[in-house]
Amino acid sequence: MYRETQIVSDVSKVPLEGGEGTFTINVGPQHPATHGVLHLVITLNGETIINIEPHLGYIHRSIEKMCESLTYRQFIYVTSRMDYLSAHINNHACALCVEKGMQIEVPARAQVIRVLMDELTRIASHELWWGAMAMDVGAFTPFFHAFRERETINDIMEETCGARLTMNYMVPGGVMHDIHPNFQKRVKDFLQLYKSKIHEYDELVTGNIIFQNRMKGVGVLSAEDVISYGCTGPVARGSGVSCDIRKLYPYEIYDKLEFDEVLETAGDSFARYLVRLKEMNQSIRIVEQLIDNIPEGDFQAKTKAVLKLPKGEFYTRVETARGELGVYIVSEGGTTPYRIKFRSPGFSNLSILNHMVKGAKIGDLIAAMGTLDLVIPDIDR
Amino acid sequence: MFLVDYIKDVFGAIKSLATGMKRTGYYFTHHKEIITQQYPDNRDTLNLPERFKGEVVMPHDEHNEHRCTGCTACELACPNGTIKVITKFDITPDGKKKKAIDKLVYHLELCTMCNLCVEACPSDAIKMAQTFEHSVFDRSQLTKVLNKPGSKIMEGVE
Repeated sequence: MYRETQIVSDVSKVPLEGGEGTFTINVGPQHPATHGVLHLVITLNGETIINIEPHLGYIHRSIEKMCESLTYRQFIYVTSRMDYLSAHINNHACALCVEKGMQIEVPARAQVIRVLMDELTRIASHELWWGAMAMDVGAFTPFFHAFRERETINDIMEETCGARLTMNYMVPGGVMHDIHPNFQKRVKDFLQLYKSKIHEYDELVTGNIIFQNRMKGVGVLSAEDVISYGCTGPVARGSGVSCDIRKLYPYEIYDKLEFDEVLETAGDSFARYLVRLKEMNQSIRIVEQLIDNIPEGDFQAKTKAVLKLPKGEFYTRVETARGELGVYIVSEGGTTPYRIKFRSPGFSNLSILNHMVKGAKIGDLIAAMGTLDLVIPDIDR
Repeated sequence: MFLVDYIKDVFGAIKSLATGMKRTGYYFTHHKEIITQQYPDNRDTLNLPERFKGEVVMPHDEHNEHRCTGCTACELACPNGTIKVITKFDITPDGKKKKAIDKLVYHLELCTMCNLCVEACPSDAIKMAQTFEHSVFDRSQLTKVLNKPGSKIMEGVE
């Protein structure tokens, strides 16, 4: 009860442009369209959105503080629980940061396996987003179509890493196990399945006139907006801002791979939608280049049993399915980090929501918010 | 010209809807394409990969012997305090004291299946099992003792 009165009194302080006749509704924290426990306090004038205030903290687990009491081997598993749809890439970022501090040379085989896993994760994440996006605008069937392909990737992950979502497969110095003997065959099967089914995505959703009318010209973001709010990933690339970390600051073997950074200039919801669909094809390109060329060798570099980072500050960044993830470690020379900070893409992408839908109709809110691809545990941490 | 564009738009819209409905109709008439699995009816035919991380178990051989030396490497590797190794001192036949495990307590309710304990174990005493249906009626049932009663360490494991 305290919470509700608190929220209403907060909103009453917000200067309302509409004046009399405005009212407030709460979307969430348990609402299927917010993809998690996101609470939006929306001030409306009729159907027009005047102000949106996201209330965070419902799934705050203080991961950054937790990491301070864990060793450099242990803290990586927690980061799977941040952006659980790109768990591999989160683990990858942490492993890279520890390796940077320890100056560990990762074997070529491990690098290729890591990149393969990253790209498979990216495809799985975008596929889930595509299904959820279509469901946000009222189409239920695409969700199951998307899950069919995603399930294949999850099976591959389960076989090699031992888990479907929170894998904890990347360790400092390489990967935890070697790839499963079936891995290459299963991935090729997936590539075949994907290519035989991807046209359905366009037939069902992209070309659909209702979908296009809901998407085109809605939630337009200019390049200046995107840069000033610090958005990254497909949200920024949909507005024509080049920000792919894989291209600009290549890590692992990305500089040797052939792939394009997908850019759209329209900046509306449909542009962001197209960026993600095209990114899936680029990820498929990367997987195709690597799957037959996994070099022989060790899958894990020899590391000490107890990892101790030298005194100093270390920062690495990677491109997750949602944008730029930065991992910042301050070390005092001990076995546990002194401070860890994660720069998660979801938080910056959420912050632009108010700017994006202000003045739009409430019916467009969920559709526009869906294209931001929010994962709430990534925002709250 | 406005009228021509308008009619074009209408026919384009109808065509796009028909394309989508064609795909729906395809799956409506092709039942073999449906891949839904009927869990839990298919429990007998479920095929989990050998690396699947379900819970930590300690394999025993036919003489009720395990490979755990009680070195507490798994306890140190665990991020959540899931494993507690309680050691005791056995008297060997030649009168020397030897460290051995009394109990290896495993709290399933704290475990996140991260596999770090299995990686840390120097004598391959523990491994991950493929079970995944962990719900029980009482929370105390989730605290398990991994070594069987009366078990002892295998010959030759140091």
